[in-house]
Amino acid sequence: MERTETTKSTSPAIPLQSRPINLPGRILGAIFPAWLRGILRNRKAALGVSILTAFVLIGIFAPVIAPVNPTRMIGRPHEAPSAEHLLGTTRQGQDVFAQIVHGTRTSLTVGFLTGTVVMVIAIVMGLTAGYLGGWVDEVLSLITNVALIIPSLPLIIVVSRWIERPGPETIVLVLSLVSWAYGARVLRSQTLVLRNADFVAAARVVGEPAWRIILFEILPNMTSLVVSSWIGAVLYAVLTQAALEFIGLGNPNMVTWGTILFWAQNNAALLTNAWWTFIPPGVCIALVGFSLTLINYGIDEITNPRLRTEAGLSPTPVKKRKAARRTEERLSA
Amino acid sequence: MRFLLRRLGFYLIALLVAVTINFLIPRMMAGDPVQIMFARFQGRLSPESMESLYQTFGFVRGPLHEQYAAYMSSLLQGNLGISVAFFPVPVAQVIGSALAWTLRLVGLATIISFTGGTLLGVIAAWRRGGFVDTIVLPITGILNSFPYFWLAMLALYIFALHLGWFPLGQAADTDLIQDWSDPVYVMSVIQHMLLPAITIVVTSVGGWLLGMRNNMIGVLAEDYITLAQAKGLPDTRVMLTYAARNAILPSLTGFAMSLGFVLGGALLTEIVFSYPGMGFTLLNAVNTRDYPLMQGIFLIITVAVLVANLIADMAYVMLDPRAR
Repeated sequence: MERTETTKSTSPAIPLQSRPINLPGRILGAIFPAWLRGILRNRKAALGVSILTAFVLIGIFAPVIAPVNPTRMIGRPHEAPSAEHLLGTTRQGQDVFAQIVHGTRTSLTVGFLTGTVVMVIAIVMGLTAGYLGGWVDEVLSLITNVALIIPSLPLIIVVSRWIERPGPETIVLVLSLVSWAYGARVLRSQTLVLRNADFVAAARVVGEPAWRIILFEILPNMTSLVVSSWIGAVLYAVLTQAALEFIGLGNPNMVTWGTILFWAQNNAALLTNAWWTFIPPGVCIALVGFSLTLINYGIDEITNPRLRTEAGLSPTPVKKRKAARRTEERLSA
Repeated sequence: MRFLLRRLGFYLIALLVAVTINFLIPRMMAGDPVQIMFARFQGRLSPESMESLYQTFGFVRGPLHEQYAAYMSSLLQGNLGISVAFFPVPVAQVIGSALAWTLRLVGLATIISFTGGTLLGVIAAWRRGGFVDTIVLPITGILNSFPYFWLAMLALYIFALHLGWFPLGQAADTDLIQDWSDPVYVMSVIQHMLLPAITIVVTSVGGWLLGMRNNMIGVLAEDYITLAQAKGLPDTRVMLTYAARNAILPSLTGFAMSLGFVLGGALLTEIVFSYPGMGFTLLNAVNTRDYPLMQGIFLIITVAVLVANLIADMAYVMLDPRAR
């Protein structure tokens, strides 16, 4: 009480201009909102976010980083890496470094776009089923479980072949339609927990419509689950996209990480020792995958403290057990 | 029993959906499906055989439900059509030999990966901050983020091409005749199976490890574990029969769910190693536009996954008395 009064009385005394405004802090606060700072405090997640940000920047500034046209023949076929061509050339004499840099854009766009569409479908299916319950839940859960059990990769391959229009758009479409089920299932079970919460009951009493309760009461309370499912979906999309393009179901004339691997395989890069054509794209995919995995581990640890790898939280920590054994031995001796 | 019957009903619905998808895919695409699907048969088959092939895929004159009925009835007779790539061998026969190879490879690799990963997970949870928990777990996590097929490519490049430890692909020496009573042939098969199997195990073991570890951590916090320890039971007994047995149930459901995933991933391994299983055959079918074979493979893989799930359900009932 006293405190508020002092601030009240002193504030007019300080001239407006000289009032200490923490400008850098405010800017930082705007760029790094509290939840992001929370994630970044976790070491695993911070490393993941940094790697991912680096790739996103590479994707955005691709034409600046590698001004060379990635599809043009600019050297002899299968040149080894040199100062001129950092990662050598392909069989067609294209610059591998330029291909990697430009491929980042398509690969990441497809990954994030697919991940987002997948999550939207998963949210609609999972939350509707979980909240409404009854026969709606029965039907939606049945659809989800069937979609989950039908092996996706063969289905994706067959559908992609029939569509006959290879390219990133097709991959986004097919992947989204086939891979939403896992997320829907996870979100549904969380919704089942939340629908009995007091604040949901309160909203129902107030007379909020179901869609409002689902979107504005339940959904915001499972943000971490949605984010980690989204990241999982992006990871799956990045890897599956590469796999599809690798087996020739992408557009081979486009430059993506998967098509670089496709051409490497078709040009017998393995047998001719042209390692620079197939190692870098794989490493890039793996780094993106690794960063996403790290972020998810981080989120897991933040939201579920039990999983933290800290001896003190373990029910039977190694150190304590060893110490106990030592005292036991000493006693028996 | 009721649980199993319910599951059986669910698998039948899933199978029906898969069949229906197979039926609808050609009909939903732009262009004339008959033309796309059978163009490559023209001139190779007599008009009567063409007619029976149309019948097989339900391309009969009449509304959709009549086409569907025609398609279903030929499926029920086990008729999957004729393969283009292996003309004039029926699709069912092509798949039969491919499926055997895949089941050998994937079955072996999955069992090793599941048991190994689960055991490691038990150890990781039991010794928090120990070797498995702090060293093995992160390594498998890193391996999991690599594209499956690329790791296989790399393994092929390093261990087969450069070091010469393993053969370069195929399921057996090509100059040997398939004869399971010949020890030379069996040895050759095992040799060819090793590297692909290792790549599958290495990339999939991490999932089991992490899942089992997290389940175990939950179970270890239960009171009956403390009680068991207080009673002075030996550590291994508490760890395996008290904690692990209860923690494995979610893993087992995950096992069933992942089988489709594993089979899908194995498609890629087979493609890299030119292993003559379902994946390699599917790639052939895709490249030669062998639509009947593609559809057949999708259907058979689905059936394989459903059967594997049913088996996992039975194991679940045996392990968890509550499900009986």
